[in-house]
Amino acid sequence: MADKVLMKGNEAIAEAAIIAGCRHYFGYPITPQTEIAAYMAKRMPKIGGCFLQAESEIAAINMVYGVASTGLRVMTSSSSPGISLKGEGLSYLAGADLPSLIINVQRGGPGLGGIQPSQSDYFQATKGAAHGDFHMIVLAPSSVQEMADLTVKGFELADKYRMTSMVLADGTMGQMMEPVSLDYDIKPMPEKPWATTGTKMERFHNITNSLSLVPEELEQLNFARYEKYKTIEEEEAMFEEYMMEDAEICIAAFGIAARVAKNAIVEARKQGIKVGMIRPITLWPFPKKPFEAAAEKCKQFISVELSMGQMIEDVKLATGCKAPVTLCNRAGGMIPSPQQVLESIKEAANGGAK
Amino acid sequence: MVVFDKPHALADVPMHYCPGCTHGIVHRLVAEVIDELGIEGKTIGIAPVGCSVMAYNYFNCDMIEAAHGRAPAVATGVKRANPEGHIVFTYQGDGDLASIGMAETVHSAARNENITVIFINNAIYGMTGGQMAPTSLPGQVTQTSPYGRDVNHCGFPIRVSEMLATLDGPEYIERVAVNNVKNVKNAKKAIKKAFQNQVEGKGFSLVEVISSCPTNWGLTPEKALEWIDEKMIPHYPLGVYKDRSAKEVE
Repeated sequence: MADKVLMKGNEAIAEAAIIAGCRHYFGYPITPQTEIAAYMAKRMPKIGGCFLQAESEIAAINMVYGVASTGLRVMTSSSSPGISLKGEGLSYLAGADLPSLIINVQRGGPGLGGIQPSQSDYFQATKGAAHGDFHMIVLAPSSVQEMADLTVKGFELADKYRMTSMVLADGTMGQMMEPVSLDYDIKPMPEKPWATTGTKMERFHNITNSLSLVPEELEQLNFARYEKYKTIEEEEAMFEEYMMEDAEICIAAFGIAARVAKNAIVEARKQGIKVGMIRPITLWPFPKKPFEAAAEKCKQFISVELSMGQMIEDVKLATGCKAPVTLCNRAGGMIPSPQQVLESIKEAANGGAK
Repeated sequence: MVVFDKPHALADVPMHYCPGCTHGIVHRLVAEVIDELGIEGKTIGIAPVGCSVMAYNYFNCDMIEAAHGRAPAVATGVKRANPEGHIVFTYQGDGDLASIGMAETVHSAARNENITVIFINNAIYGMTGGQMAPTSLPGQVTQTSPYGRDVNHCGFPIRVSEMLATLDGPEYIERVAVNNVKNVKNAKKAIKKAFQNQVEGKGFSLVEVISSCPTNWGLTPEKALEWIDEKMIPHYPLGVYKDRSAKEVE
């Protein structure tokens, strides 16, 4: 087994990206993710890569669009307000079917909001990053190790499906230090015959484009993209189940919320309450199957979130409202305490939702 | 003997431009230069949003359609992906380059990105039907300045070449026009230099081309070319605004 090193979550993302073969990074400073840019600024020149501080988030995502068009692995990172600015570029990346990796180390909003951790960009990441019908693969790390693992996975999935992967972390994950192993077996990139790298006078020109003025044709492009999404929903959903074997109460939580919830579950079990957790690792595709199964046996679900309740809607859809789903949350940069989650569990055990 | 032929880099497809529009001339000049420098196989062009949005269909080199105003940022990515192997040009109108994309324009110039920018200035938004552009002249009547551009209300037009020439970054900035044979020849020379600079690794080269829009100016093609001499060039004087290498020679 490879040695472990102590790293900040943001740095783990940066180093994992480099290991995955990313040699181009474009970004704009914003708290709480700036360590990614700082790390890239130090490392990239030493390995023949390119770190460039863009004039804006908008420019950064369009530089990503340029590199992605040439078929190379490329990334940008930001935090919530900056991701909103990247929205236009995300839609164009989707429309042109380009692979890329975007990191969102979330902070509280809306507006300029705060700089403390949040999960309130769940809707934006999973439902509506920008205009048009499209999805991104959204990966939600719950440890520094997963910050690195899901960065590598994000690049692989992006290339496999020619689309954007987003690592949806939060300020806690970005700043937290934990031991990580960065021992990866990086697979070669798939062939990219569509890349705009020059015709070499050997082939017809390639065009990277999202314009399609004939509605019948644009509809077909959307149909085809959603066929691809269907495959991803069937094959790529990732989740972790924790103490679900005999659970009567099921917690749904991702990222930092899942770690808080685990503490509460351990305590509740000591008090004889049969509670477990499903932790979605992919937020899109949302892991519906474990929730469908849990809905057959659990009498209540609790969605633990650092937002006003966003993932809860997907939990309700996946469980078909067969059992009540309640929300245990803090917002605006606050984190639910294990005690708060324990209280929600006890309330559920003592008669469920009101 | 062939005395006149379509440049290889120019696709053999009908263009959608209006009669009398000068986009066709500038497309041809760019394609001729690509041919003459023998760089078609490693050139990647970036099309804008605006009348020339479909330029990606008109050149035989690899092409990318960018979001509105973002072509210089996209070009930055493509160039940095392979600085030695890629020749990258953007082709942008005045709304794209000087309004919504001004930040990308200024900063790619400031970085001296080794790219070539072809900037079509016809003082109007053509594709959307003739609205006021950042380069529309004072008093110019457009769909969104129906009583003439009132500089007290919506400000003054921007002279992009002069502005960029104040920066330390860019290698070469020249303004040309394509309203008569002499000007077209000069424009060709400038465009060739702007590509040659990139081949030689000299850096950011921008050619501003004063162009016509008979449809949205409400003029015949011939009158539109006259209007360039009468109105456009007095406000946007032709000439070299920056040529760092020439300076070094002196």
